[in-house]
Amino acid sequence: MATPLANAVRVSDPFRDGVARGWKVIDASRLDGDLVLDADVSIVGSGAGGGTSAEILSQAGLRVVLIEEGPLATSSDFRMRESDAYPQLYQESAARKTRDKAINILQGRCVGGSTTVNWTSSFRTPATTLAFWRHEFGIEGFSESDLAPWFERMEARLAIAPWPVAPNANNDVLRRGALALGIPAAGIRRNVKGCWNIGYCGMGCPTNAKQSMLVTTIPAALEHGATLLTRARAWTLERRGERIGELTCSALDARGTDPNGRSIRVRASTFIVCAGAIGSPALLLRSRLPDPHEVIGKRTFLHPTVVSAALMPERVDGFAGAPQTIYSDHFLDSVPVDGPMGYKLEAPPLHPILVSTTLPEFGDAHARWMRELPHLQVVIALLRDGFHRESPGGIVALRGDGTPLLDYPLNDYFWEGARRAFASMAQIQFAAGAAAVMPVQASGPHYTRWSDAQSGIASSTLAAQTTTVVSAHVMGGCAFGPDATRSVVDTTGRHHQLENLYVIDGSLFPTSIGANPQLSIYAIAAKLASALPVIPRRSGGD
Amino acid sequence: MSHPPEQAAISRRTLLKAGLAGGAALFVARWLHDRAQDEAIATPADALDSSARSIVAAIVPVLLAGALPTTVADPKLVTQRVADIVDHVDRALAGLPSASRKEVDQLFALLAFAPARCLLAGVWTPWPDASVDSISGFLAAWRDSRFALQRSAYGALHQLVMAAWYGDSSAWPAIGYAGPPSLVTS
Repeated sequence: MATPLANAVRVSDPFRDGVARGWKVIDASRLDGDLVLDADVSIVGSGAGGGTSAEILSQAGLRVVLIEEGPLATSSDFRMRESDAYPQLYQESAARKTRDKAINILQGRCVGGSTTVNWTSSFRTPATTLAFWRHEFGIEGFSESDLAPWFERMEARLAIAPWPVAPNANNDVLRRGALALGIPAAGIRRNVKGCWNIGYCGMGCPTNAKQSMLVTTIPAALEHGATLLTRARAWTLERRGERIGELTCSALDARGTDPNGRSIRVRASTFIVCAGAIGSPALLLRSRLPDPHEVIGKRTFLHPTVVSAALMPERVDGFAGAPQTIYSDHFLDSVPVDGPMGYKLEAPPLHPILVSTTLPEFGDAHARWMRELPHLQVVIALLRDGFHRESPGGIVALRGDGTPLLDYPLNDYFWEGARRAFASMAQIQFAAGAAAVMPVQASGPHYTRWSDAQSGIASSTLAAQTTTVVSAHVMGGCAFGPDATRSVVDTTGRHHQLENLYVIDGSLFPTSIGANPQLSIYAIAAKLASALPVIPRRSGGD
Repeated sequence: MSHPPEQAAISRRTLLKAGLAGGAALFVARWLHDRAQDEAIATPADALDSSARSIVAAIVPVLLAGALPTTVADPKLVTQRVADIVDHVDRALAGLPSASRKEVDQLFALLAFAPARCLLAGVWTPWPDASVDSISGFLAAWRDSRFALQRSAYGALHQLVMAAWYGDSSAWPAIGYAGPPSLVTS
């Protein structure tokens, strides 16, 4: 028990207060029997797309049911420990992998989705990306100026602003190295309010400073009478002719991994799928919905990311301070968008599990690097996928048990970009004074001079399951666009073949974004949800 | 990968040894294993069976050599530390979706199958008796294998064991991590 004094300074937990005040929150793992819910709008997924949609539609006076596969965890539960956070808050305990296990995917699975665990980086969709969508896919109404009011609205809603505090040393290495080489780098805007600058965004913000869906749009929706159903896996949308009639969900066990045998049926007039770029196509595939051009699950993108570790003479303490505050788009902007693969440079937080599972080797060789944790500095390169014919992304398919599996082969086009990225990162780290730089592979050399790194990286073998590749950005798989042969939904988000089914999340994107995607999802979700023609379901529910 | 020459020679030898015979044996072992394992469904609460536990217990001291405190006078304490890590691995596995649990089950069943252990892992004694060198050789060979399946299996073992140890606060003093800050100020 905390002492009264400790209680006095302990941060509040507005979500728990709201539940105590009577917000409708149902934990499906605790259901005694099956359940039927009636609503005007059924929203699957409570991340950036679902949270934003839930607020807008419930404020419009509609009855909203918001369905989340993960648990409700709030600031009181966020203990800043990776061993708690990864199993609790992430898909597959933060060990979700592509089919051949070559890419490890960090993706949220909790109320708020990835917005609860992301590192707060907020970028508007790059103009080059939006222009590409128009030229290549005929997507109208999503130009920079079309989206500007939606960006402004969501930036205001989520307190997205420049970060006024100095970057932590880990980010500052990226800034200093880039500066020394004349490479433009800048500060990252963040969605925080009263941030304590402690650095644990990835484990759920313990002070409610991060303006995730968990503390903004979802509470607003609940305040307007929405129902939140947690630990419920949306399983199939039941089709009746040209419409969806209801959604069937499986309640999960307390661990959140397996169905507990209970089911929940949600009847609504409109169904919105916001389950993320792996979950959304999977739900459509499981439901055997019309897919005449076999586009569901195709072109799923990851910003596949490679990692460069450095030892600095000074302390870095990359586990402390806002995790992501400096970026460089130089290597995106200096190549044609449809040319060789460009990459964005950022820095990640450096906590023990994330670092130890990423660093190469085992035994003494691994332990030696781990002992240097306070001096460890890491730069990551997020490769922009989906803009070149050699970059078709991955394909979401279903396993035998109906759960999704993303097949994302890494090809020579990708490795060529990865090799350039390793060189850029090493050069920047040396320019900032690194004593040693290691392009992260399962095993491999480190370099103490830039010239050695340059030749070593040029001749090294890069390969799947050998070169560490990670992703924290899942996009695409239910592309939007006017052409039904190349997209799943139209540019209002509505399914090309079904009247009352919409997709509103990162799976809409026909390419990757080329930047951390949260703000792109917020703005596009706000635009689509605001224009949604929802007809209230005839009364008789509840 | 740009190994130093000596290391490159070792991995070439390892590859030759594994070679085609290794590929065929892997196939045979998987086939035998699939036929033998229909009954073995791990329960979520207890993801590792006893033979899987003994495999993890054998590889933990090798993966974590240099990280696990070895100066503890009482060997029982070292054994206990390893058992704790095995428990962490077990809990981590229990939290994975069933498709992933099944894959890991298959991996451990394969490694527990003596012919596979000898031919594929190159470990010629039962896991609890295996020398550090032979386990180390197994891990390095699979890490550098030309078979994607072996490389990904190494990756899984590495990820599970590293997360199990470094997620525990007893690992933190040695790596200069003070743990999360206290939010309660007084």
